[in-house]
Amino acid sequence: MTTSPDLTIVPTERAPESGHRKVADFQPSLLLGEHSMCSGCGEPVVLRILLETLQELGIVERSIGVVGHGCYGGFVTIMDVDVLQCLHGRAPSCATGIKRMRPDTAVFTIQGDGDMVSEGLQEVLHTAARGENVTAILLNNGVFGDTGGQQTAATVLGQRTKTSVEGRDPRTHGYPIPIADIIARLDGVGFVARAAVGTPGGVLQAKRMIRAAFESQLAGEGFSLVEVLTMCPTGWFISAPQGPGYMTESLEQAYPLGELRPRPGAGAVAGAGGKE
Amino acid sequence: MTTHPATATAAASELRLMEGSAAIAESAILAGCRFFAGYPMSPFTALLENMARALPAAGGVCVNCESEIEGANMVLGAASTGARAATGSCGQGIALMQETIAEAALNETPLVVFNMARNQQDYFQATRGGGWGDYRTIALAPKDVPEAVEHTQLLFHLADHYRVPTLLYGDPLIAQTRVGVRLRRLEFGDLPPKDWALDGTRGGTGRSRQTWTWAMGKANNPGPGPDGQWKRIAAKFDEIAQTEQRGEQRYTEDADTVVVAFGSAAKFVEYVVDELRAEGHRIGWFRPITLWPFPAAALAEATRGARRVLVFELNAGQMIDDVRQYVHDRSTVQFIGGVSISDTGLAYGALLDAPEVRARILAALPATASTGGTNGTGGTGGTNAERSL
Repeated sequence: MTTSPDLTIVPTERAPESGHRKVADFQPSLLLGEHSMCSGCGEPVVLRILLETLQELGIVERSIGVVGHGCYGGFVTIMDVDVLQCLHGRAPSCATGIKRMRPDTAVFTIQGDGDMVSEGLQEVLHTAARGENVTAILLNNGVFGDTGGQQTAATVLGQRTKTSVEGRDPRTHGYPIPIADIIARLDGVGFVARAAVGTPGGVLQAKRMIRAAFESQLAGEGFSLVEVLTMCPTGWFISAPQGPGYMTESLEQAYPLGELRPRPGAGAVAGAGGKE
Repeated sequence: MTTHPATATAAASELRLMEGSAAIAESAILAGCRFFAGYPMSPFTALLENMARALPAAGGVCVNCESEIEGANMVLGAASTGARAATGSCGQGIALMQETIAEAALNETPLVVFNMARNQQDYFQATRGGGWGDYRTIALAPKDVPEAVEHTQLLFHLADHYRVPTLLYGDPLIAQTRVGVRLRRLEFGDLPPKDWALDGTRGGTGRSRQTWTWAMGKANNPGPGPDGQWKRIAAKFDEIAQTEQRGEQRYTEDADTVVVAFGSAAKFVEYVVDELRAEGHRIGWFRPITLWPFPAAALAEATRGARRVLVFELNAGQMIDDVRQYVHDRSTVQFIGGVSISDTGLAYGALLDAPEVRARILAALPATASTGGTNGTGGTGGTNAERSL
């Protein structure tokens, strides 16, 4: 086979190099190993932008994480950050004790919707109302992923799980709890926002929000919460490529994206229950 | 007992008339406690109130938490940073903390729990616990306020020494009685450095820390994992069971009858046994100071020559299981305690009174028992007369 000397052969077995920063381009200097999540899971994306944020804010060497129970629990082995792996739902209480004893550190929780909204509703509400100066990261996929797809307090109406097999029906299963909207209304809260990591733009928005939450904590503004909607194709019983689309059609309809409680002085967002 | 002998680092304060809850709070602060979280419940409430008053002045934090579950986890978080931290409640609230106490035992976070109990019905809770996994809790049961003040500081030491949760089993008498107390900081020996404490400083260095019951470690520095961690912890509790037994006894060398009691009840038993000794009865008493580890060897020795071992406790019979387990001859064991609760439900009932204790002891003695013998002081008439009561 002969080739014209001015013809460039582009290899197609892998993505072309590009000057643009891609979602998958993370330089994992705070990652100590590979994650073990399923294909299409949104949780590792949030871990990545969380660690990037700690680096960009220059607070890696004064950060302490409190990780609850869910698939993301395995993150404690691959995050090069001090971590307390705590009991299911109790992360905000543990974070309270840590922050009160080490007020110069940046303290954050990583919790799923089963952890925060089902088992740990009391802990997160009181921690927010006390105005504890910590940041909670909620990974909300509306399902208990780690145990194989059961209903949580955040499962949206109509969502099929192994314990709501015909879809969540409010007559028998009750209604989902919009935890971020509730917390946004509490005094003592510095910043509350909701993002979704189903699209590159959503990832960037989630990162901006997580950064704002940490900046709020560092400024001593009170409790901050970023709820991130994450894909769970395994727990949704769909294929990985279907994850982002399903999330848009279901979770994002029940949980609108945006800032629910802007930082003080940052200007109110329509519909948000901000401080007067 | 010889382990962790106490030495005072400063002259004691002058003798002060203090309620037990206030004395315990000040003792905890002297021991370096800097975080306390609690949920009001009588008779624990006064300890929380005293902590809320005194801790901020000492540079510490006291949180009136919204539940015992939250309080225990706040303390776990505070203690995970290396701070000395404590919580407390009554048995009902301690029940809610069981998950966290087990967690702290299995992720090796030292903390102290004050059970200012309403009575003695929490013995099983204190010694067996209701948490998960292979864990035990060092449980000290002081007989009065001065001993509770010393135990408070010892518990912080033992917690740090072994990296375990420890528990004080108090009661309404210890919480609410006003007695003369001298307070000072006690030292119990050197402690290992808290090189495990989470402070964030090693983030990004490849040597960041982790507190986790599963002890999986980091990907670049794997831990023992749950199998290795829990075997190691089981061995640690085996060691504690051997080295930390504390008990006290009197008149047991020649006693036909040994009465076993703990906490405030033991103080009443001591008083009554002193009386009976003076009357010529060959009777002694034994008091476990650590409920866990139970002073097994000392009890076996103290009851070696006894014909009967009487167990007096203010419950339906809980410690008696341990007495039967460790006494020299279990066929000699008799229960002379019982459930006895005040009308309020918040304190002991009529059974915790010296005449009641005396009557129950005498009722357990045979008509000709305990007096006479080789020294033969006193007659049996008084004994029979008491029995008829």
